[in-house]
Amino acid sequence: MEMQQFYYDNKIVKKFIYATLLWGIVGFSVGLLLAFMFLFPNLTDDISWLSFGRLRPLHTNAVIFAFVGNAIYAGIYYSLQRLLKARMASDLLSNFNFWGWQLIIVAAAITLPLGYTTSKEYAELEWPIDIAIALVWVAFGVNMIWTILKRRQRHLYVAVWFYLGTFVTVAVLHIFNSLALPVGALKSYSVYAGVQDALVQWWYGHNAVAFFLTTPFLGLMYYFVPKAANRPVYSYRLSIVHFWSLIFIYIWAGPHHLLYTSLPDWAQNLGVAFSVMLLAPSWGGMINGLLTLRGAWDKVRTDPVLKFFVVAITGYGMATFEGPLLSLKNVNAIAHFSDWIIAHVHVGALAWNGFFTFGMIYWMVPRMFKTKLYSKALANAHFWIGTLGIILYALPMYVAGFVQASMWKQFNPDGTLTYGNFLETVNEIVPMYWMRAIGGSMFIIGAFIMLYNMVRTVKSGSNVTDDLAEAPALERVSKYRTKGEGWHTWLERKPIKLTIYATIAILIGGIVQIVPTILVKSNIPTISSVKPYSPLELEGRDIYIREGCVGCHSQMIRPFRSEVERYGEYSKAGEFVYDHPFLWGSKRTGPDLHRIGAKYSDSWHLNHMYDPQSTSPGSIMPGYKWLIRSELDKSSTVSKMQTMVALGVPYTEDEIANAQQHMLEQGALIEKNLYADPDFVKNYEADKKHAQDNGLPFVEMKNREIVALIAYLQRLGTDIKVKDVQAALLTTKK
Amino acid sequence: MLKFVKNHMESIAGIEIYPLISLLIFFSFFVVLFWWVFTSKKEYINKVSQIPLDN
Repeated sequence: MEMQQFYYDNKIVKKFIYATLLWGIVGFSVGLLLAFMFLFPNLTDDISWLSFGRLRPLHTNAVIFAFVGNAIYAGIYYSLQRLLKARMASDLLSNFNFWGWQLIIVAAAITLPLGYTTSKEYAELEWPIDIAIALVWVAFGVNMIWTILKRRQRHLYVAVWFYLGTFVTVAVLHIFNSLALPVGALKSYSVYAGVQDALVQWWYGHNAVAFFLTTPFLGLMYYFVPKAANRPVYSYRLSIVHFWSLIFIYIWAGPHHLLYTSLPDWAQNLGVAFSVMLLAPSWGGMINGLLTLRGAWDKVRTDPVLKFFVVAITGYGMATFEGPLLSLKNVNAIAHFSDWIIAHVHVGALAWNGFFTFGMIYWMVPRMFKTKLYSKALANAHFWIGTLGIILYALPMYVAGFVQASMWKQFNPDGTLTYGNFLETVNEIVPMYWMRAIGGSMFIIGAFIMLYNMVRTVKSGSNVTDDLAEAPALERVSKYRTKGEGWHTWLERKPIKLTIYATIAILIGGIVQIVPTILVKSNIPTISSVKPYSPLELEGRDIYIREGCVGCHSQMIRPFRSEVERYGEYSKAGEFVYDHPFLWGSKRTGPDLHRIGAKYSDSWHLNHMYDPQSTSPGSIMPGYKWLIRSELDKSSTVSKMQTMVALGVPYTEDEIANAQQHMLEQGALIEKNLYADPDFVKNYEADKKHAQDNGLPFVEMKNREIVALIAYLQRLGTDIKVKDVQAALLTTKK
Repeated sequence: MLKFVKNHMESIAGIEIYPLISLLIFFSFFVVLFWWVFTSKKEYINKVSQIPLDN
C-alpha cells in the first residue's frame, strides 16, 4: 500500500488557542465587573455603554461564543485532522472560519454595549450579525465534512460524531430562533410572539447549552482524555450509546426553563420527563470519561492536564445531575429566577468548559511549540486557585438562591408576606455576592497565571510548523455492508448518512414540541381586552429591550400564592400575544414587573430611573440617568408598527398614520403627571430657563426617552384586571 | 411570515395520536440503538477505540 505524506495544519490551531486565551480573559473580566456591580451598583454611573443591563449579554456572549467557541474550534481543528489522518480540506475555509468568527465577536463587543440587542438570551445579536454567524458556521461545517470525505482513516471515531452532531444542531437552532423581521440595519422583531417566542427561545437556549457547551466538549473529551492518559476510552460501546441517546433526548428538554409559566402544560411536562431521562446519558458519559483514567490515577497526582480534566468532568457530572433536579417542578418553583441558577450555570461554565479548555491548552501548546511547559508549579497553582475560585463562586450562590427564594415565599400567620419589600430579600444575600466576587477574582487570577505560563512556554519553544504525517490512502469499499460487518460499523464509514441520521434524531424532538405550539391556535387562549401597545409604549418597550432590563426583571408571575400576593394576578398566555419578542426574563435580581403598570406614579418612575436609591433605599439597581436627558428617536416608529402588522399585530392604518400625533398626546399627558412633583417642576423649569438663557437646544420632557419608558411600564399587565373580569362575570349573570 | 402557514394549519386533526407516536419512536430508537451496540464485534471496538492513540 502506497503511503501518502501530508501535513497537519497547526497554524490554524495556534490562532484559535490565542483567541481563546484573549477572549477568555475579556469574558471573565466583564463577568467580574458585573459581580462588583451587585456590590457597588453605581460603579459605572451614567455611562450607558457600561451599564449592567447592556454588559450582561456581553459577558454571556463573550464567554459562550468567544471563549468556549474559540476553544471548540482549537480542539476540533487539532483532533479532527489527526483522527481522520488528513489535513483540513481547505485552508481558505479554515481561515475564513477564524477571521469571520473574530469579526463577529468584535461586532458583538461593539453592538451589545451600544444597546443593539434582540433581548433573547444567548441570541442577543442583531440580524446582520446573525447572518454572519450562519455563514461562518456553515463554512466550518463544510470544511469539516469535506475533510471527513478526504480522510485516510476508514472509521469515524466517536469524537467526530459529536462534532458532526454539534454542527448540524447548532445550525438548525440558530436559524429557527433567529427568524426575525428587520426594521432597520440593527433592529428587528422576532417573528414569534409571547408564548411561542418563549418556547422557541428556550428550545434554542437549552440546546445552545447542549450543543455548544456540551456535545463539542464531549467530543473533545473522547479525544483529549485518552491522549493525556495514554489509554483508550473506558468503553467504546458506552460512548456509542452516550452519543445517540444524548442527542436524541437533549433536544426535548427545553421547556423546563418555562415551568409554571404560561406555556401549555403538556409542553412543560414533556420537558420535565425528558430532562429527567437526560441524567442517564449524561452520567454515562461522565463515568466513561472518568473511568478512562482507570489505572492512571497515579498520573493525576502529578499531571496538571489530567487534574484539570478530572475537575472538568466532575463539574459536568454535577451540572448534569443538577439539571434534571432543577427541572422537577417542585424544585424549579424554588430555584427558578434565583441565584441558584447562576451557581448551576457557573459550575458548568467555569468547571466543565473552563477547566477542560485550560487542560486542553496546557496539553496542546507544549506539543505544538515542541517544548516543555514553562512551569508545572504555576500550572498547579492555576489549578488550585481556579478550583477554590469555583467553589467560592458556586457555594455562596446556592445559599443565596435558596435563602432568597425561601424569603420570597415566607408568610406571616395573618396571611401577609413576611418580606413584603423585595429589597429585604436582596440585602440579606449581599454577603453572598461579596463571596461570589472573591471566588470570581480567584478564577481570573488563575487565568492570568496560565496566560503568563503560556507566554513563557511559547517563547521557549520553536515556531509552530505543520506536522508531517503519513498514512495510506483509503481503499474504496462497497457502499453496502460487507460480509460480517455490523450496522453501526457500516454507518461509521458513511459520514453523510451518519450526519443525516443524527439530524433526524435531533429534529424529532424539535418537531413534536415546536410545531403544535406554533400551529395550534387553541394553545393560546385569546383575551379580548388585550390590545396592541400604543406607539409610545412600543417605543418604551424598545428602550426596555435596549437597556437589558430583562436581565434582572422578569415579566412572568407564576401561579403561586406568594407571587400573586407580591406581584398581582398571575400571568396568562393570552396577555403576550403582541409581544415580539417576549420579555419573560429568567432572573429576578429585582422584582417582577408584569403588573407594575399603575402601581406607582409617573413621578416615582422618573425619580427611580434617575436615582433608584432615592426611592428605594438599599436598592442595587443602577441609575439610568441618560434616559431622562435623551430625546426619543421617533423616526422609525411608523416602520416599527408596519413591521408589527406584517407579524400579525392588528394596528389599523389610522393608528399608523396618526402615530406621531398620538405619541405627542400620550407624552404630554405623562409630562402633565410629572408636574405633580414639586421637585421635578423646580429642576425641569430651571433646566428650561438655563437652556433659554444660553440659547441652548431644549428637548421637552414629553419627547424624551423616559416618557416612553414610563408609558410602557404603566401599561404593563393592565390589560386584564381581576376586578374587571369579576365585574364582567357579574353583569352576565344578571 | 408565520401567520400564512399558521392559518392553513390551525388545528391538527387527531393530535391525540402524538403521545403514542412519540412513545413508539422513542422505544424503537433505543431498541435499535442497543441492538447495534451489543452486536458490534469486539475486535472492531478495540480497533476504533485505539484511533486517538495512534497519531
